[in-house]
Amino acid sequence: MAAIDHKGVIRQFPELEWEASSGSLILSPEKVDEVVSWLKEDPAYRLDYLSCVSGVDYLEKEVKTRVRNEAGKMVFKTSLSPEKMEVVYHFYSMEKKTGPFILKQRVLSRENPVVTSLTPHYGGAELMEREVYDLFGIRFTGHPDLRRILMWEGFQHYPMRKDYVPPNDYEYEPTPHGDVLERARERREELEGQSP
Amino acid sequence: MNSPDLSDQKAVDLSPEGTAKAGVILSSLVWIYNWSRSNSVWPLLFGWACCAIEMIGTAGSRHDIARFGAEVFRPSPRQSDLMIVSGTVTKKMAPQVVRIYNQMPEPKYVIAMGACAISGGPFKQGYNVLKGIDRYIPVDVYLPGCPPRPEALLHSLMTLQKQIKRQKSLGRTITNPAYGEGRRIYPVPELRGDDLFPPFNPEVWTPPAKNPNVEDGCPAGRKSV
Ligand code: SF4
Repeated sequence: MAAIDHKGVIRQFPELEWEASSGSLILSPEKVDEVVSWLKEDPAYRLDYLSCVSGVDYLEKEVKTRVRNEAGKMVFKTSLSPEKMEVVYHFYSMEKKTGPFILKQRVLSRENPVVTSLTPHYGGAELMEREVYDLFGIRFTGHPDLRRILMWEGFQHYPMRKDYVPPNDYEYEPTPHGDVLERARERREELEGQSP
Repeated sequence: MNSPDLSDQKAVDLSPEGTAKAGVILSSLVWIYNWSRSNSVWPLLFGWACCAIEMIGTAGSRHDIARFGAEVFRPSPRQSDLMIVSGTVTKKMAPQVVRIYNQMPEPKYVIAMGACAISGGPFKQGYNVLKGIDRYIPVDVYLPGCPPRPEALLHSLMTLQKQIKRQKSLGRTITNPAYGEGRRIYPVPELRGDDLFPPFNPEVWTPPAKNPNVEDGCPAGRKSV
């Protein structure tokens, strides 16, 4: 499939950011409806097929970048990359046989991430967005039926988040090492405490 | 008259198999009963994951589970006596597996097929996979592999048939579950918070009293590094 040129969409919406490192268009949730319906209808794009919806979780972390200082030397600069969550959409155009085109919705909050649902535009997004909600806890406004899909109702956390700690059911580990060994020890002490 | 010389005759095998081979049926009713039971096992028609594909292959014409009398896969637990737990049992699914087991009539048998059904397999440290179905229901045959080949499933079936043939329906120690205490029914675990409650059924399974591997930090016989 031929790659899709992003210059047209930037010309139409000059305020949008194109992230060259990941080759994706960054959208804030308010712009979604406008941009997505344009991408779907514009004769140069005709993105008629949404193939994949994924969630990504970024914890706050230090990043090192190489920059040139005043003396003209290359040095490492440490900066703090903020915590954020992203929903990544992969589009193809079946009509023009082009793709993929990557679009990201980014929110700078892990407490209560809210993005705009694409289900009104692409029916196929419904179950995939439910999965992102289930595993990452990202809410989609405008989604018709936002419920858990893989985990059961009553599950308390969002298991694909980076800081999720699964419940300790390490009663029997035949070959433990590392983290598993630690957790198996904890569990054993817990069980011994329970039994008389 | 001299009596016929019997000295060159081979010793006669008086076991049921031996006499049957010699064309004589000399047997006990119990043996015939168990023989017919073991050659007519009705598995339950259900599959969990990739292992189920191998189970389907076993039921196909090439491997042909019908040769062992177990080809009648029944889509209802009320009509089957063998549960082949073929694949990954997720925590969300575990209550349903126990419930289906409870609905089967006696005598009922369980084959845990594949690493997942035995211990959680490749997903053992995952947040969503049950670490072995033997935590909630009794398992008769463990069949390791990921996935086990159809031949291995047939072997596990033959192992189960041997077990069935050894069962006693009469006498002081009855081991045929059909004549036992009644239908075995186990409590169905609940989904509570992020995990199943209880984490295992102590009636069926308990963690080994002392797990030396956890104490030392490495399997017995190996040095920790
Ligand atoms: S044991 Fe292997 S083949 Fe069988 S269900 Fe698990 S992962 Fe799949």
